[in-house]
Amino acid sequence: MTFWNDPINFIRQWLETLLVGWGVAPGVAQVILLVAGAAILGVLGLVWVIFLIWYERKIIGRLQDRLGPNRVGPFGLFQPFADMFKIFTKEYITPEGADRVPYNLAPVLAVAGTLMVWGVIPFASRIFGADLAVAVLFVVAAGSIGELGIIFAGWGSNNKYALLGAFRSVAQLISYEIPMVVTLLIPVMLSGSMSLQTIVQSQSIWFVLLAPIPALIFLITQIAEVGRAPFDLIEAESEIVAGFNIEYSGLKFGMFYVAEFLHAFTTAILFAVLFLGGWRGPFAEQIPFLGFVYLWIKTFLIYFLTVVIRGTVPRFRIDQMMDINWKLLTPLSLTMVLVTAVVHSLVRPLGSPLVTLAALLVANALMGLITMQLMRASTRSRRRPMVAPSTIIVARPETERQQSTLE
Amino acid sequence: MTIVQVFFLLVAAVTLFAGVMAVSTRRIMHAALWLILTLFGVAVSFAILESAFFAVVQVVVYIGAIAILLVFAIMLTRQVMVDTGPQLNRGWWIPALLVAGLYAALVGVLSTWSSFQALPAALPAEASDLGRFGLALVDANAYVIPFEVASVLLLGALVGSIFVATDRKG
Amino acid sequence: MIPLSWYLIFAAALFCTGLFGVLARKNAIAILIGIELMLNSVNINLLAFWRYLYAPDLSALTFVAIVLVAAAAETAVGLALIISVYRRRSTVVVDDISLMKG
Repeated sequence: MTFWNDPINFIRQWLETLLVGWGVAPGVAQVILLVAGAAILGVLGLVWVIFLIWYERKIIGRLQDRLGPNRVGPFGLFQPFADMFKIFTKEYITPEGADRVPYNLAPVLAVAGTLMVWGVIPFASRIFGADLAVAVLFVVAAGSIGELGIIFAGWGSNNKYALLGAFRSVAQLISYEIPMVVTLLIPVMLSGSMSLQTIVQSQSIWFVLLAPIPALIFLITQIAEVGRAPFDLIEAESEIVAGFNIEYSGLKFGMFYVAEFLHAFTTAILFAVLFLGGWRGPFAEQIPFLGFVYLWIKTFLIYFLTVVIRGTVPRFRIDQMMDINWKLLTPLSLTMVLVTAVVHSLVRPLGSPLVTLAALLVANALMGLITMQLMRASTRSRRRPMVAPSTIIVARPETERQQSTLE
Repeated sequence: MTIVQVFFLLVAAVTLFAGVMAVSTRRIMHAALWLILTLFGVAVSFAILESAFFAVVQVVVYIGAIAILLVFAIMLTRQVMVDTGPQLNRGWWIPALLVAGLYAALVGVLSTWSSFQALPAALPAEASDLGRFGLALVDANAYVIPFEVASVLLLGALVGSIFVATDRKG
Repeated sequence: MIPLSWYLIFAAALFCTGLFGVLARKNAIAILIGIELMLNSVNINLLAFWRYLYAPDLSALTFVAIVLVAAAAETAVGLALIISVYRRRSTVVVDDISLMKG
């Protein structure tokens, strides 16, 4: 195997022979290399966030008819570095009575919950961290670790508002986990495996074409899981005083900030891997780096979409948010799993992928139409027209009993 | 001592320490946090036992749902932010003795078993085939009845807990 | 190679710790924490036996799944009951909830 064919294994073998040549036991050398690989992947992910912050601020600026940062460096490219230095030099103010261990552990858990996902994403046909057989469930578990970080932050701050903010935030996250997990079943069902590499390899037709409505539901629930607009009630600066991270300053707050941006990008990568065919494209199997480029292009498309949504749509109220989840997304995702399972199992024995595509598209379109009709009917029933009074009733004592029967 | 043995000893030590702290710490919120560490340690030991599926399900179900539910319940059932009074029963040394005796009895009885010191053989490839497990759960000759009973149990728990915890005064 | 005895001793220790929590704590939620420890130790035991005395039969995995499901259901209902009792009696100390009256 050469470097271009199989980069990770090539480097690993070279380093392993180097370490064993220095006298390290083979088992220990393997462990050292695994830990080093994980550390490098984590550092690369964190460094990439610097570029993401610049990208987002520029695009949000343009959407709001202004330029965005453009002073520090060409096109403002060094602005995130300036922000980083500012945050590094700020003082850590620990509130009095704060529980030290949860307070300090919370930013670590928030970042860990996002970085863990990068270990299972297949960047190319032979570039990936680990090919877990249960990678899809691992992604859900990483989300749970992020929620733990929020609870630790709310509890450890010794601040009632932080606690309330943390509970509202966790309530939103665990509510939106349900349609997310249910729609994650659809790529698993269509490809027959929970391993992300197998899901990518079985996408000869992209799953977004085979299951457009579940893909849309997945995108919406992931935006809600990240806590971005329009679901950013949990960190709305104007409302609950910045929520659970109110008592954090300096780099600890910086870690929460980084975790949010990284989570948004990880959302885009997951969508690209699960529904847009991942690293698949012309000549991607022979040249892994080309697959990496394809994945990056697809991810940036989705990330651009989420940034545009953030800059455009107003924020939801908390009851609207819960309504959307429990009354629309959960029943719709459960029904879509049923419909996809039935249609797929009926059509797959026929063997032709085009027939499968047509049947599933028709099923999705039907479900979409039914959903729109149901939504329209429910909005209409809620907006009852006001009854115009035909006579003006003036309050008179002797006609009070009449008035009460007219109600 | 291979690396895996050292790793397992570390994981077991952390889990047991967290378990002891979870049942003996004074503040109930800390007990929940120590429980989360214990559940983590149990998930890691599931992974060492080569059942990756149950390791991840442990994190998702226990840590991501049950532990968070425990934290919510602790917050909802406190009158003040601090715990007052002794947290252990007055005669707590009786359960301690009983538990120590039970542990000695368990280990003693198990050590007389012939396969107590068994070493692991390599698992065949079909052992980690999740599809086989999934098919067995819906096979009428296999485990569909426990599967359906578990679903009904979950439905009953869902409806029951909502009904029990509803505030019916308003 | 980790002998099976290590897993069994580990699970027994965890079980006994949970049992101590159930018997010796006053707070109802702390008792539930002890129950969780006991159920987890049972799961460790089951999976250790599945790994070391492997048979193509999948009953061990089903058993583990059912224990997990039962623990989740029981925790949910138990916490709902504790919250409901707290609303009536304003306490979760089990010694004070010993009378049926009131």
